[in-house]
Amino acid sequence: MLRTLRTVPTLLRVGFASAVAYRAEFLVWLLSTNMPLVMLALWSAVARDAPVGRFGQRDFVAYYLATLVVRLLTGAWVIWELNMEIRQGLLAFRLLRPVHPLLTYACENIAAVPLRIVVSLPVTIGLLIWAGDGRITHDPLLLALFPLMVLGGWLITFLAMSVVGSLAFYIESAGSLFEIWMGLFGVFSGYLVPLELFPHWVGALARALPFRYMLAFPVETLIGLQGRDRALLELGIQWGFVLVLFALARSVWRVGLRRFSAYGG
Amino acid sequence: MLRYPRYLRLLGVQFRASAAMAMQYRIEFLVEGALALFWIAWALIPLMVVFGRRPSLAGWTFDEALVVMGWFTLMRGVLEGAVNPSLQSVVDHIRKGTLDFILLKPADAQFLVSTARFEPWRIIDVAGSLAIFGVAFHRMGRVPQPGHVLAALALLVCATMVMYSLWILVVSAAFYVVKIDNLSFLFSSIFDAARWPSSVFRGAWRLVFTVVIPLAIMTTYPALALLGRLDLLTAAETLLGALAFAVLARLVWIRAIGRYTSASS
Repeated sequence: MLRTLRTVPTLLRVGFASAVAYRAEFLVWLLSTNMPLVMLALWSAVARDAPVGRFGQRDFVAYYLATLVVRLLTGAWVIWELNMEIRQGLLAFRLLRPVHPLLTYACENIAAVPLRIVVSLPVTIGLLIWAGDGRITHDPLLLALFPLMVLGGWLITFLAMSVVGSLAFYIESAGSLFEIWMGLFGVFSGYLVPLELFPHWVGALARALPFRYMLAFPVETLIGLQGRDRALLELGIQWGFVLVLFALARSVWRVGLRRFSAYGG
Repeated sequence: MLRYPRYLRLLGVQFRASAAMAMQYRIEFLVEGALALFWIAWALIPLMVVFGRRPSLAGWTFDEALVVMGWFTLMRGVLEGAVNPSLQSVVDHIRKGTLDFILLKPADAQFLVSTARFEPWRIIDVAGSLAIFGVAFHRMGRVPQPGHVLAALALLVCATMVMYSLWILVVSAAFYVVKIDNLSFLFSSIFDAARWPSSVFRGAWRLVFTVVIPLAIMTTYPALALLGRLDLLTAAETLLGALAFAVLARLVWIRAIGRYTSASS
């Protein structure tokens, strides 16, 4: 265990170096996260004359800029890597190392976070300026817990990707399966449309699914759409999902690995 | 002039090869087909939420916006069925240096690479878009006039040409930077905004969506033509713009292919 932990700083350094090396790719990936801005433009047009529900134009600015920040910070790409490495047998190289492959993936993904923070800083500043100071929560406890919520959101993203990615041990089209996951995410996480604006039952359903805790929960807490009690309760649910997905990812991985035979290796 | 029948025949051969390939994966057809239907239905959700709040948006009613959505579905079918797959394969060729084999063939290289692969299953998107048109016009209680349908078909050709030219420009970039997988992802993510009528967007987005990446030409103008609201001047401009784009793409392709160094050199 201790030996495994000692490898983490090195893995992070390697990951960071490769994130810096592929700056151009990183930039392109960044530009492709433009959906919140498009939706912001759209809803601004809708709310130009009168507010929608309790969302005025400035509330939409706050909501979608916060969405962009959380999305930039919680992104992961392990599903594509897993899918490719399982199919092409490249996973064999990872298995040779004395560290759990999921840990090495996690380190590679986390190592890009400093760069992501650098990029999301201007968005955050924009959020503070345009949305006005009244729209960020004043609750010091919630502000202090915000990094924990983002971490929880990242873990759910990463672990869910690991679970679906590990299905590539069994089926050919794990990628298509993940597309469905992304579709559900778009609606039930509040990524496209704030969950409040849906009919009531969609919001209620979203509270029972993991998607809300990947995005809408930290966003709504940050811009003060929900109070302290509700936020603390949801923080508990979020980490509950993290634990369940962690257990699931480990067991799917362990069972799936038995079917893995590195072709040609 | 004599060579054109030959290219038509070549196109037929390439298409038959793709069809034969696709026939081998019948289960995939079911999966992809189900996914396509899922996405078509899913894409309507934000539209319904927005128009559930307002009777019209930037001069568009729900039914008219539905026509834009129909064009979006159709063009996405064109993008993912005819444009994306072959250009994905040319990127592979460039990276591995196997483009040599194509350049050696006695036919135009741009023609060969851009007809290399089709995904016949995307016909489902076309069917889906026709269904959407049907619903939209049924709700409006009228039938599009033959003249308007013809104009819309002409604009469909323009839209396809612009989309194809943009793709050639993207692929030309592959001769300069090696990893381009993300660029296709970026293109799809920007194209996603084409599901909304272009007049919804203002300021910087409008500039991006009409000049830099002419999304308006791809979905909004054909929709306007089908609704009979497109004036002749805009139609002529669209035609000229599409031609200019195609010429530009051809010139850039010729320059870019000069930069190609095969694998060994």
